Amino acid sequence: MTLGAAVTAGVAGAPGVCATALEASGLTLRFGAVQALDGVSFEVAEGELFAIIGPNGAGKSSLFNLLSRTYRPSSGRISYFGRDLLALRAHQLAGAGIVRTFQNVGLFKPLTVLDNVMIGRTTHTRRGVLSSGLRLPVSRREESDTRERAMGALRAVGAAELAGRPAGLLPYGLQKRVEIARALVMEPRMLLLDEPVAGMSQAERNDLADLVRSLNAGMGLTVVLVEHDMGVVMRLAQRVLVLDFGRVVAVGAPQDVQHDEGVIRAYLGEPMREERR
Amino acid sequence: MTTFVQLLFAGVALGAVYALVAIGFTVIFKASRVINFAQGQMLAAGAFFTSWLALGANLPFWVALPLGLLFTASIGLAFQLGVIRFAIGRPDFTVVMLTLGLAAVLEAAIPTVWGSYPRSNGDPWGSSAVHAGQIAFPWVQVWAIVTAILALVAFFAFNRYSRWGVAMRAAASDQEAAVAAGIPLTRVYALAWVLAGVVACVAGVFLAGYPNQLDPTIGDSALLAFPAIILGGIDSTSGAVVGGFAIGIIQELVAGYQPQDAAWLGHDFYIAAPYIVMIAVLLVRPYGLFGSRPAERL
Repeated sequence: MTLGAAVTAGVAGAPGVCATALEASGLTLRFGAVQALDGVSFEVAEGELFAIIGPNGAGKSSLFNLLSRTYRPSSGRISYFGRDLLALRAHQLAGAGIVRTFQNVGLFKPLTVLDNVMIGRTTHTRRGVLSSGLRLPVSRREESDTRERAMGALRAVGAAELAGRPAGLLPYGLQKRVEIARALVMEPRMLLLDEPVAGMSQAERNDLADLVRSLNAGMGLTVVLVEHDMGVVMRLAQRVLVLDFGRVVAVGAPQDVQHDEGVIRAYLGEPMREERR
Repeated sequence: MTTFVQLLFAGVALGAVYALVAIGFTVIFKASRVINFAQGQMLAAGAFFTSWLALGANLPFWVALPLGLLFTASIGLAFQLGVIRFAIGRPDFTVVMLTLGLAAVLEAAIPTVWGSYPRSNGDPWGSSAVHAGQIAFPWVQVWAIVTAILALVAFFAFNRYSRWGVAMRAAASDQEAAVAAGIPLTRVYALAWVLAGVVACVAGVFLAGYPNQLDPTIGDSALLAFPAIILGGIDSTSGAVVGGFAIGIIQELVAGYQPQDAAWLGHDFYIAAPYIVMIAVLLVRPYGLFGSRPAERL
């Protein structure tokens, strides 16, 4: 990772020149007297696969919710390719190229798999209520384009044959894939994954890890993931940020972080404690 | 038999109108979990405006009606954009109170602008009817059924196939995920209010037709949509339609038969009948016949 170059290139503005995808500085989040995050700073380079880990209650979800603009930080800044992320509202993130997935699958369960994925094109389609309601030719053309892209994305995650089924009836692992297909049609520059393998079987975990790696390596997507499963993180991430009690304990390559004294202390000497089931 | 067919037809016509009123409640509830207590007054405003265009401004009815739709949709849109939008995220109770506020404003405005006397709703049919043997089918009821069915088909097609219909269903299913997918909720809510305004106006105009008249209390008839939506389940649009037709038919049959066959129940038992059905349904199926989620507590 050319993080050094990324830092010097942080001169804002022109995409392609600036290789820092995400820069958080001094993020603090308080809920009343509870300090969920305390001065968290880090950078993610463009094209990097970056993981945020930590014991239960360390502040991972709080940090994720700041990045996805669900919470507003008490203080601190987040910039995204030189833009002020905090100036964007949650529904504007998609248009800016930031796409998130949900811990418990953010699919619309009564809708078909295809509709679920097509919804991802919302920010890329221009036709309004009237022209799409009246099915004018322009909007029909746009819709068939949307449909093709959605089918393409479903093929890419291996779920094309499920297009007509209600999303809520699929097994969990497949639902996650459909959610990722939706993320793909949104043409993201950065993917935020909230515990993508939580609740999955070991086989599903391996499959999903492969999928995430191929999105990162094959398509050059910047990926930021919060994850409990240490095995997946250590195999997948290029760099890892370890949180404990709302503070950054360590940042670095997985193998370095694993041997960091602070990290071992945070995990009470059992680095694999978080491995569940 | 003749009486029965006659009553059944009147019941279907009334039910079609109730179905539209019920859809108006359901579409806003599904999008934003808010019960719009001003639906009845929006209905009244639409009916009065259309009547005024047709009779006061002498426009042909088929011109006045679409303008009435536009007017009522604008009331819904303006209220969503100007008021409700700023209350999103507040407790549901706050939003409910705001809709009661809109109801009060419209209820005061209607007699002020158009007077409180009963008036004709401006439809071209009056009491004319098409006869088949002994049975008379009033034209206004025939057209009520036709228009309501067209409106319902358009609504369901929009909901099922159009991009914005799908967006609305997505937002109803999971708001947070909808936001993450880039769906602007403000626009979804606005659309829900526009649709509610449109169906309210259609319902109002036909509710004010023969044998009824148009007067400011017509808004109260929206209360009869409550048995309909509770019968169908408040979060189910198809339930609203089934409930609407059921309540309309029950009401007409009771109004037709009960005064002779069960005179001891009094004259106006048909007004109470839908509520009795509603209470019975609540006891047996608290979420309605088609509802899926626990009904909203208020």
